[in-house]
Amino acid sequence: MDRPGLLAGAILRCGPSRDEHDGAFIGVAARSGAALRHNRSVPNENSRGRILVVDDDASLAEMLSIVLGQEGFDSTVVHRGDHALDAFHRYKPDVVLLDLMLPGVDGIEVCRQIRRESGVPIVMLTAKGDTGDVVVGLEAGADDYVVKPFKPKELIARIKARVRRFDAVDTEPLTIGDLTIDVTGHIVSRDGAAINLTPLEFDLLVCLARKPNQVFSRDVLLEQVWGYRHAADTRLVNVHVQRLRSKVEHDPEAPEIVVTVRGVGYKAGSV
Amino acid sequence: MLRSRGRGALRHTWTFWRRSIQARVVVATVLLSILAVGAVGLFLSQQVRSGLLEHRVSLVTAEAANEVRDARSRLSATPGIDVDASGERRDLVGPIIQRGLTRGFDVVLAGPIERGGDGHIADGGAEFTPSLDISSVPLSLERHFADAGAATAWTYASIRSQSFGQITSTVPGIVVGSQVVLPADGHTYTLYFLFPLQNEQDTLQLVLRAMAAAAVLLVLLVAGVAWLVARQVVTPIRLARQVAERLAAGQLTERLRVTGEDDLARLAVSFNQMATSLQRQIRQLEELSGVQRRFTSDVSHELRTPLTTVRMASEVIYDARDTFDPATARAAELLQGELDRFERLLVDLLEISRFDAGAARLETDSVDLVTVVRRVIADSVRLAEQRHVELRVHDPGHSCLAEADVRRVERIVRNLIGNAIDHAGTSDHIDLYVDGDEHSAAVAVRDHGVGLAPGESSMVFNRFWRADPARARTTGGTGLGLSISLEDSQLHGGWLQAWGKPGEGAQFRLTLPRRTGAPLHRSPIPLVPRDAGPDARRQAAANASEAER
Repeated sequence: MDRPGLLAGAILRCGPSRDEHDGAFIGVAARSGAALRHNRSVPNENSRGRILVVDDDASLAEMLSIVLGQEGFDSTVVHRGDHALDAFHRYKPDVVLLDLMLPGVDGIEVCRQIRRESGVPIVMLTAKGDTGDVVVGLEAGADDYVVKPFKPKELIARIKARVRRFDAVDTEPLTIGDLTIDVTGHIVSRDGAAINLTPLEFDLLVCLARKPNQVFSRDVLLEQVWGYRHAADTRLVNVHVQRLRSKVEHDPEAPEIVVTVRGVGYKAGSV
Repeated sequence: MLRSRGRGALRHTWTFWRRSIQARVVVATVLLSILAVGAVGLFLSQQVRSGLLEHRVSLVTAEAANEVRDARSRLSATPGIDVDASGERRDLVGPIIQRGLTRGFDVVLAGPIERGGDGHIADGGAEFTPSLDISSVPLSLERHFADAGAATAWTYASIRSQSFGQITSTVPGIVVGSQVVLPADGHTYTLYFLFPLQNEQDTLQLVLRAMAAAAVLLVLLVAGVAWLVARQVVTPIRLARQVAERLAAGQLTERLRVTGEDDLARLAVSFNQMATSLQRQIRQLEELSGVQRRFTSDVSHELRTPLTTVRMASEVIYDARDTFDPATARAAELLQGELDRFERLLVDLLEISRFDAGAARLETDSVDLVTVVRRVIADSVRLAEQRHVELRVHDPGHSCLAEADVRRVERIVRNLIGNAIDHAGTSDHIDLYVDGDEHSAAVAVRDHGVGLAPGESSMVFNRFWRADPARARTTGGTGLGLSISLEDSQLHGGWLQAWGKPGEGAQFRLTLPRRTGAPLHRSPIPLVPRDAGPDARRQAAANASEAER
């Protein structure tokens, strides 16, 4: 039980000063073995965002907190699936990091529970390379996933992409099909009625709407919306386009707003 | 058209003949029994015929002898010398003809026999039964009686009857001849008795007909018995075949029904035992495979989580190495580098074990190999620059589409490029050829490095194989890349082949069918590069069939 403390101590010496409190907290928390820990009692004004880590592996969760702390994120850790929703309500994170294999309630179910009430970005941590798990997770509402063992930088890039928003340069509202997008207000509406989209779906729609004549390949969308610099899993795009369509299309079977260009990718509908 | 239909029917029959034991058994049995019945029938009919005839001949000759004796006694009883020879002749033959009409034989009295003369019955002067055609007496018999004093003789002949010069019927018969001397003129006359064999012929025909009917019935019976017996044997065999086919199709619970204790029942019992044993072994293998797959998955999960933690910790330490003393800083670097390698090795091992467990699945999509190659090159270009190797792409100017799993195809191309960079040696460039046609799409990666020794082109795909055990891995390849690539290409039903020659470099060619599972016959890119020497190409052509298995 000593090691996490020592490690945290070592990090403290070299990490940026603002993380000092964080690291110390985690070190103490790891000893106490509490199921739910968060640092709301010590608000961090320079924080780049709040991250809820749901992972049953104590060492990994702690390590994630350290790395996130170094990158300027506040974080809190939950070890059980059935405690995740509770923690989510209390902590109100900007991003959720979610392991799929969890005691209590499994990650897929946690993902569904959170998605039912919030569009908060969810990044899955999967240990299995099994492609089936990934698709199930994405369909349950996860925005993105990283496969263990991942590089810390890769994870940070994924999180930053989810926290980063499109710069609100558009003051004019965008239109796509019969939808109106208020980019600064993050509102998509049809005939004045707002449509509830997750931030990712919103980003995807805005990306397409900004260049209505351009066909976006899946790779380009991965880069612009998910922030991948290298080619990645194009199923991310497919699954989320399906989800977006189910919310914005009149008939998701015959899409008019997000149109498939066979063999190339997607574009905004010309209606 | 007709001929072809005939040939088709012939082929059909031939196929049926080859496939049906029952048909062959029945036909063979019928042919053999026809032969046997025919031989027996022939023998019997001969016996019956000769028996009938011998009996008749003895009767007929006795009757003829009686008549002759009777005639002679009448002649000798004639008082004095009657000068009217013709009258006496009529008196002699008249009663015999009368008796012949009632008893069913014909009579001819021919003669007189003149010394040295060659008078024939046909020349006239003969007394005979009115309805008889006198040519019925065979010439051979006539010749026998050409001289006086000839003994009684008989022969078979056809007896023809006539009315007004028209022949009305022909029956087989026996002609018996005997000579008498007429006291009136002292001349010798020949008496012919013609006995028809009508009754005997009728009897013989009746017997033959009965025998033929019996033979046909017998053959039919034998055929039926053969068919039944063959069926008794063949039916269980057919059932066994059906069950075996179902077993082969994976319905492992299929069994034969066992009835009785005969040889066929014992066959069924043995068959069922074999099926049970097979089923048990397959179950075991399935379980093992399942265990293996679960194990792979568990290892994957159990190893990956701690590795992630270690990796992140290492990254943190590595980022802070500037604050360490030089030895610790170097240790941090080594830790980081080796973790990379460890991770790659783990990923590759898991991938291989997934192939071994048969758990690898394709997720196909329409993939343009040109795009894939360009994308992989964009990723590999930094490594290539570090090694001062230029990657040159030669594409056909059109897209080369194939139905494939893009992740796996990218991995293959990445492995091939990495391998080529590893083995580029002192050369300054690597060529990438992409091409496609309506059946397939292909990528070839050509390096101009040390090349491959003869026989090494198939060994390169072996796991952890090294051309030179003393040569160090430089790019940190795991030794599994090409094995995984080969498995990946085979999963697509494609080819991954290598060509190489010492000093001339090597070429690796991936060929994918346009549609997954479609058979490949040729690749759009030759396995032996165009710039290779002509004898290299000739040699490769000889090996081609072996390589493209």
